[in-house]
Amino acid sequence: MELLAFARGPALWASLAVLVAGSLWRIAGILRRGSQPDLSEPRGTRLLAGAMRGIFARMIPRREFRRRNKLGVWNGYVYHLGLAVIVFGYLPHIHFVERLTGLAWPPLADPVVYLCVGVTFVSLFIALMERLADPVRRLLSGFDDYFSWFVVVLPLATGMIAIQQPYTPGAASAPPLDPLPLAIHLLSVELLFLWLPFGKLAHAFLVFASRGVTGAALTRKGAAL
Amino acid sequence: MNLPALESARTALDSAKAPDARRAAREFVAQAGRDAAFQLESCVHCGQCADACHFHLVSGDPRHTPIYKLQPMLKAYQREAAPFASVKKLLGLAPPEVTAEELHEWSGLIYDSCNLCGRCTLVCPMGIDIAGLVRLAREGMAAGGFAPADLYKAAERALDTGSPIGVRWPALKRQIELQEEETGLKVPIDAEGAEYMVVLTSIEIMGFSEAIGALARIFRQAGASWTIPSAGFEATNVGVQMGSREVAATLLSRIVDAAERLKVKTVISPECGHAYSALRWEGPNLLGRRYGFEVVQISELLDRFVREGRLRLRGKDTRRLTFHDPCQLVRRGGLTEAPRRLAGAVSANLVDMPGSGAASFCCGGGGGVSAIHRAEALRFAAFEKKKQQIEATGAEALITACGNCRNVLEEAIEHYGMTMPVLGLTEMVAQYLEPAQPIDTERRAG
Repeated sequence: MELLAFARGPALWASLAVLVAGSLWRIAGILRRGSQPDLSEPRGTRLLAGAMRGIFARMIPRREFRRRNKLGVWNGYVYHLGLAVIVFGYLPHIHFVERLTGLAWPPLADPVVYLCVGVTFVSLFIALMERLADPVRRLLSGFDDYFSWFVVVLPLATGMIAIQQPYTPGAASAPPLDPLPLAIHLLSVELLFLWLPFGKLAHAFLVFASRGVTGAALTRKGAAL
Repeated sequence: MNLPALESARTALDSAKAPDARRAAREFVAQAGRDAAFQLESCVHCGQCADACHFHLVSGDPRHTPIYKLQPMLKAYQREAAPFASVKKLLGLAPPEVTAEELHEWSGLIYDSCNLCGRCTLVCPMGIDIAGLVRLAREGMAAGGFAPADLYKAAERALDTGSPIGVRWPALKRQIELQEEETGLKVPIDAEGAEYMVVLTSIEIMGFSEAIGALARIFRQAGASWTIPSAGFEATNVGVQMGSREVAATLLSRIVDAAERLKVKTVISPECGHAYSALRWEGPNLLGRRYGFEVVQISELLDRFVREGRLRLRGKDTRRLTFHDPCQLVRRGGLTEAPRRLAGAVSANLVDMPGSGAASFCCGGGGGVSAIHRAEALRFAAFEKKKQQIEATGAEALITACGNCRNVLEEAIEHYGMTMPVLGLTEMVAQYLEPAQPIDTERRAG
């Protein structure tokens, strides 16, 4: 089997299966821990609204903490937004999703996406430099943090190489002139899928639970979010 | 008295006399329920909590990063209970067991350099309640025998005498008698069927006993019946501070027993942040049942009385004053408006500190830190952030609604050679009450 066929076929489906099963396993494993009902008299009872407020409010630092925010905090917005634009705004990626799910949407212009790729790439390297240079982050960080960084940067790098290949809209499944860069790009994305449920990248879904739990708890007390 | 609970608390303290890392680890895991597990799993190591913590801000020590203080609990959870723990163990990828040496080191981080103030919780972009997790981690530390010796001793004293500093009923009775002489008002003791039962902290009883006289004057004008119990009067809960649910539940049960014995409608939590947290939020969960009475913090009650017109104030303090937000009342307890509104009702020139309210800095002594002798230098150092906030206001005096904050602030102010009185909110309200009308003198409380 050719490498590209492998990347588009068995490797893709296997990595997606691990992504879904691993994520569900992780969530189920946490839910299985159980919780006791809170018997204290609540001051606020709109807990679902509190959970939602917790999820959205923490997207932006509170006013009191903004002045102390380091470059890393604002840089976080850059690479998260950049990755979102690249994943959801680039035409070949939309075709990839369409092939899997049947869902499609209008793409962004290629130059916009290419600009985002450049900015995101630089932003991710700034994130790594900050993690290595800042004593607090260096102390907190371990293999998981650095490997998670690596599996995010790798598809970006391999994607930049694959961009060199001419791309014909609507021919996502047709073989490119040189299949190797695309195959490597796909395999790097599949590595990200394989790792996501097990490491720090799982914050992609855990963040909602964590913020929601705290949002509901603080709302119950009538405390500030 | 709840004897089985007392026995259980004594057993917990006895077993902690022989430090055991495995016992601590088991308790860490037991404390990691669903909500805590979601939060332990979510940290992305961004380090933003370090910039919210006054201990880290003054020391610059990365080990003072709030989330780092949870490392032993996280390790134990990841090794024994996290979703992929068994697979990781098989593959040799699980974290090593926590060791006694590690826990001795972390005792300084989890206790000495954490006020449970919750500023880190407020800043965390992942919404992790770091202060809440530290509170849970202390359960493991205390069970394993790694809490500071000062807190174990205070817990033993509280179980034996009812108070962490050994204040018994005769001492309180004497203070009550002095306040009765001072105010000419009777303080009702063990009055069955009273509307309000007031509990006090040892700090108030021994350091700020004028608060008792202030309460007598306040309840007289409000026309409300009240009482102080001769047993179960101590609100301080060292069990919550050190992280021993057995001790905490035993101490709480004394207050609950008194409230039920006297058939009161409302228990008034005194000017003490952690006592409020223990009684109002943790209590029913520690005891495993809902209360048959309401718990109201004193500033919440006074604010209610003023707004209902039951307390009539005359005049205001004209000095430039600022209000220190007790963390467990304001940030962690949800009482953001009431104490400040009340302070405004008795101050003509109240100025807010920068970052006042939910994001205010702790006094440095909360979460049991003021009771840990070895933490004193660090506590004074941490006060530097509060000092900056206070000095930015140009205030002549400080008001607060927590006796422990008041005590800690007074010590720190003296340590830094500042000259600034620290006022209790309840006493200020009593000071500016309208003079008693003839009708009031007939309406003796109790």
